[in-house]
Amino acid sequence: MNSRLTRSWFMLPYTLWMVFFVIAPILLVIYYSFLDINGQFSLANYQKFFTPVYLKMTFSSFWYAFLITFFSLLVAYPTAYLLTKTKHSQLWLLLIIVPSWINLLLKAYAFLGILGTYGVSNQLLEAIGIGRQQVLFTDFSFIFVSVYIFIPFMILPIFNSLNELNPTLIDAANDLGASKWTTFTRVIFPLTIEGVKSGIQIVFIPALSLFMLTRLIAGNRVITLGTAIEQHFLVTQDWGMGATIAVFLILIMFAIMAITGNRKRGV
Amino acid sequence: MANFFLLLVFFILYAPIIFLIFYSFNSGGTMYHFESFTLDWYRELFSDVRLLIIVLNTLVVALLSALIATIIGIIGALGIHAIKKRTARNTVLSLNNVLIVSPDVIIGASFLILFTVTGYKLGFYSVLLSHIAFSVPIVVLLVLPKLSEMSPSLVDAARDLGANSWDVLTKVILPYLSPGIMAGFFMALTYSLDDFAVTFFVTGNGFSTLSVEIYSLARRGVSLNINALSTLLFLFTIILVVVYYFIAQRQKINTVGVRK
Repeated sequence: MNSRLTRSWFMLPYTLWMVFFVIAPILLVIYYSFLDINGQFSLANYQKFFTPVYLKMTFSSFWYAFLITFFSLLVAYPTAYLLTKTKHSQLWLLLIIVPSWINLLLKAYAFLGILGTYGVSNQLLEAIGIGRQQVLFTDFSFIFVSVYIFIPFMILPIFNSLNELNPTLIDAANDLGASKWTTFTRVIFPLTIEGVKSGIQIVFIPALSLFMLTRLIAGNRVITLGTAIEQHFLVTQDWGMGATIAVFLILIMFAIMAITGNRKRGV
Repeated sequence: MANFFLLLVFFILYAPIIFLIFYSFNSGGTMYHFESFTLDWYRELFSDVRLLIIVLNTLVVALLSALIATIIGIIGALGIHAIKKRTARNTVLSLNNVLIVSPDVIIGASFLILFTVTGYKLGFYSVLLSHIAFSVPIVVLLVLPKLSEMSPSLVDAARDLGANSWDVLTKVILPYLSPGIMAGFFMALTYSLDDFAVTFFVTGNGFSTLSVEIYSLARRGVSLNINALSTLLFLFTIILVVVYYFIAQRQKINTVGVRK
């Protein structure tokens, strides 16, 4: 690593990776978004995106992603809060995280059995007298399974920010006569908002781009932006339109990251 | 009441997995009526040569991609660490993170375009390259903190004692980074094993990994082979988690990694 030259040789693999797998794919997606189905340069795809069909799809994709994020948060926040109160909280946290390490496909497959016509859910419904219902391939099953899959991802950042919360602040709030609810809304929640934001970021963007679950669990009834991209690339072979939707998904992703603050996800 | 809620969440999180494992021993062939205990599905699984080849493919892709991604990632981390200018460094870092924040569908679609434009045949190598590509940034992110925590006087001392650049790298820097490298390799391994979306786009015909295979099986409906397979995968995952837990303990990472 003496001279500049040896260093740039040494860096070559990483540089190549960045050029070929980060910069080139982005440019290619943008380039393809300007090609119509015959490979001619045009703005037709963008025009098409602003027709009611695609706008409606974008809107419904947002609506589903919103519902999934909302219910994940609704379950994850109390869970994370209660986890911090347990004795071996790191161990419990690990146990909550373990299901997220299990192959996504297997979890989706499990729900095919659970929610199916003769599955456990219908046996339960019959037992309490409601009777057999179509559960699989409905909006409900899609949202339920998605929430199931995203909950650990939502719990983790919230748990971390709750864990960093200084407990003396809660004592102070109590001493000053705040009720439990006031302590929560005025002290705990505002101080853990960063965790909530990164949780939303981790859940909302993938929720927009789900395509496997929409096929397996929602039975093609739900079309998300991800499903539309997959459809255009692998089924109808209209790569230009697929790339255009991808461009919009990337723009939406940046917008959400800007709103929720630029926190790293995943690790 | 509080504990009840927590237990309920635990129950819901684990129930589907236990459900799968339970019915993998069902002789009835369905996931709703348990007839009697059998190991037939496991026997069938182990006699299914095609599936075993796919398992092997998956493992080969995971190990190779994790290994290569770790090497590239270490190089990347060293390079980013060496950049002194703050803005340049942040730019490289944000480019590094693009593949971590991008949805899988976009990574898959853009790689498909890339391989098609360059005339690269879809199959083992396109899957391997894609897995290397999306694992590199996570290795960089796990190695980089270790690198910035390392005291520069270590390198100076080694140089004063007459070590050449290669010695400094292999005998001082890399051993110091090893916990980060281990964690990075492990994360890359699990990313690869778990990936469905990206592989689905770039796999073409003739080559398949486990996730893609489970998807096509599941689209055809329930078959208890998959249950038997998931039991084995579950055990494998548990082993991986335990290994990772010990690595993390040694490295004193106080947060547990979540999958992408």
